Amino acid sequence: MLAAAFADFMQQVVSGLASGGIYALLALALVIIHRSTGVINFAQGEMATLSTYIAWTLWANHGWNYWLAFPATLALSFAGGVATHRIVIRPVERGSVLRIVIVTIGLLIAINGFVIWQWSGEPHQLRSPFPSDVLDVGGVAVSVQDLGTIAVALGIVVLLWLLFQFTKVGLALRAVAVNPEEARLVGVRVSWMLALGWGFAAMLGAVAGMLTAPSVGLDPNLMQALLIYAFAAAVLGGINSPVGAVVGGLALGVILNLLSYLSQYRFFDWFSEELRLPAALLVILVVLLVRPGGLFGHAEVKRV
Amino acid sequence: MSPRVTRAVGGLAFAALVVAVAVLPAFVNDFKAQQYAYVAIYLIALLGLNILTGYTGQISLGHGAFMAIGGYTTAILMAGNEQFGGPLGGGLKDVWTLPFAALVAGLFGFAFGLPALRLSGLYLALATFAFAVAMPSAVKRFEEWTGGGSGINLFGTPELTGSLTNVELFGWELTFNDWLYYLTWTVALLAFAVAWLILRGRTGRAFRAVRDSEIAAVSSGVSLARYKTLAFGISAAYAGVAGGLFAIANTFVNPDTFPIALSIFLLVGVVVGGLGALSGLVVGAIVIQFLPLWAQGEDLGALLPDRIIAETQKPGGPAIVYGVVLVLVMFVIPNGVSGLFRRAGQLLARARMRRT
Amino acid sequence: MRTLLELDRVEARYGPVQALHGVSLTVGEGEVVAVLGANGAGKTTTLRAISGTVSRSGTIELEGKPLPRSPEAVARARIAHVPEGRGTFVDLTVEENLRLGAYVRRDREVKADLARVATYFPWLAERRRQRAGTLSGGEQQMLALARALMGRPRLLLLDEPSLGLAPLVVRELFRVVRELNEQEGLAVLVVEQDARAALSVSSRAYVLEVGRVALAGTSAELRGNESVRRSYLGY
Repeated sequence: MLAAAFADFMQQVVSGLASGGIYALLALALVIIHRSTGVINFAQGEMATLSTYIAWTLWANHGWNYWLAFPATLALSFAGGVATHRIVIRPVERGSVLRIVIVTIGLLIAINGFVIWQWSGEPHQLRSPFPSDVLDVGGVAVSVQDLGTIAVALGIVVLLWLLFQFTKVGLALRAVAVNPEEARLVGVRVSWMLALGWGFAAMLGAVAGMLTAPSVGLDPNLMQALLIYAFAAAVLGGINSPVGAVVGGLALGVILNLLSYLSQYRFFDWFSEELRLPAALLVILVVLLVRPGGLFGHAEVKRV
Repeated sequence: MSPRVTRAVGGLAFAALVVAVAVLPAFVNDFKAQQYAYVAIYLIALLGLNILTGYTGQISLGHGAFMAIGGYTTAILMAGNEQFGGPLGGGLKDVWTLPFAALVAGLFGFAFGLPALRLSGLYLALATFAFAVAMPSAVKRFEEWTGGGSGINLFGTPELTGSLTNVELFGWELTFNDWLYYLTWTVALLAFAVAWLILRGRTGRAFRAVRDSEIAAVSSGVSLARYKTLAFGISAAYAGVAGGLFAIANTFVNPDTFPIALSIFLLVGVVVGGLGALSGLVVGAIVIQFLPLWAQGEDLGALLPDRIIAETQKPGGPAIVYGVVLVLVMFVIPNGVSGLFRRAGQLLARARMRRT
Repeated sequence: MRTLLELDRVEARYGPVQALHGVSLTVGEGEVVAVLGANGAGKTTTLRAISGTVSRSGTIELEGKPLPRSPEAVARARIAHVPEGRGTFVDLTVEENLRLGAYVRRDREVKADLARVATYFPWLAERRRQRAGTLSGGEQQMLALARALMGRPRLLLLDEPSLGLAPLVVRELFRVVRELNEQEGLAVLVVEQDARAALSVSSRAYVLEVGRVALAGTSAELRGNESVRRSYLGY
């Protein structure tokens, strides 16, 4: 009996890590952009949705092999992110916060509209990169899908980490996040670095979308809830901390899943599926109001 | 232009506006009157948001949620008990619910404003965004108070003026929409007067001081905490009144009446119209109500070439136009339309000075 | 001695405020030149005009060719600007700061240079992995100098290196500057409020007042100059 309960529990943890991995990817995208350009990109979700639609259309409508469409989408998303920064964000980057917020919101609205305009609002089905088998790991039923998602998410995070820590470009990106004026003086082309940051962020969003769409279906609202979860993860971890984004995302995924699991027990029976999103929103509000810096960040608290 | 002349011109323009508003329904059809009534509602909300964002520099992506609070307060006070046997409500006439809508929303705003003191800029935007997204779920959760998913219906209730029969006012017979129009614009006028009084006095000066430089404000003895939370409370109260009127205009409320899009449109309205001046806010309110329609090719949008209209009328098309226009406006006139007028005025004044 | 850098009637403004009203100066190859003056005289602005961090008009030539206007291009032209306040990347390690100094270089000798730079600042080697923000003010200034060196510059722009540092540290700092100049042939344009320290290493100096060159001459001449002594040397 206990073994069964434990198996159930572990199952929830694993699938929590899988969904958490997806939150982590999108949260990482938000953090990269915020760290380097100081912008909260409200359009991050819609950009990811667009990328996912591109993957789908290459695969479903143009007959591309999925394993060709995947990297092609990543490349296109990267380019799209860079272009978005150069064209839309750079002119207003140094302006008032309000202006930047409205611009990213305009992007959100326009991209969402474009997706509907181009592909209609009907749901579509994107295939998963992983087979739908279920493995038995020590009595725990684990879906290959979940394992694959965790592997991809962590793999990308590790790759990015390697890039940031050990390459010249990565060093330049980190320098720009710390002190852009100084970076200019040593010869770093700061605005291109910022554009690169947006490119990476767009790519992360694309992966998140392509990992999510197979299980929930592809429609224009794909990333709206996910964006909220990503905000919650980023805020929880510390909106300037990449480590925080990953930890926050995984933690959020696991906690939400555990709450679902525990809701069968009386103490937690107030929790239902539809409370997942409000729970994430509550996390955002509580963290921002109690400890704005999150777990790993230092809050930019103005003490006057 | 001397300050006295400027003030006189401003006063005349305002008087002209009042007259225009008063006689408009005689010249437009019933449906249009309803649309303009919504403009007044948005104007009230924008007056409040302007105090928060334009005067104390705090960004809110959550004012739709305060409207929701006001709207539900109104609905509960009007029809609550009868509809779902809730703990509160029922029996209060529409107009008289508005002060309560203001009060309840204002209290929530004040309560939000206190912890929000530690947040600035983007963080505050994010927190208010989360608040607004959470509001529909919260509404559904507290079914006993809000009627849950099905909401509260006001149409056909005796508390709602004009919902059963036409309205008799000063010997004239008005349709529901006409009555709505006059109600909303009268409240808007009152709201403007109150805002004007608040802002020209010490409170207004304190608000402006906070916006221009928090550090300087504190060293001049202005309590940041008091004025920032006060601004939140006042702006939420305004949104509450707007929300109450919104409920009356819609003749119902349910969790979908106040979506996150509303909060976004309010911020868009105040930024595109321009922070500060009333003229900007009127433009902003018009933008909120009509830009989605124009983007579909209706009204002014009919001026666009046919080929473009054909494309924009496909689903998603209007949204593309809306988003692109938004971004372009932020590039070209970052201070909004009223900022544009101000700049034009400055250029005119400078040209005149050069001539003399 | 060949002229390395020449400024001719350079003007610069911060928005509506004009900070430089026509500054002309030269720096020869391998020379150490000081720029003195009171607060607000335009010393820092002069360096910023050279490195391209403020917009300027007038001519600036490097070895007879016009100097590009963007900071990135100036860095690529092997002019290293150590700004006021050090400008270290506080969240990055000492070694990362040094590597960034070599950002514009495409050769393979960066690693060797890390060792070479450590000969001037021996303590750097042990602190390689330390977060730059945890260094003392003097250490950060040395780090900034070392970082500038990593780019193998021809000209070093030093902005108020003594700011906020104890006199002993300042002396050590300028000793290193002199050593760099003598060993590497590095030309230095140093802006300083501490006139005595600056004049002790420079061969020539300019005195700026209100955005213009008020005095110019060899360091010996200026040290003997009555008004300089009274205003900037304190006796």
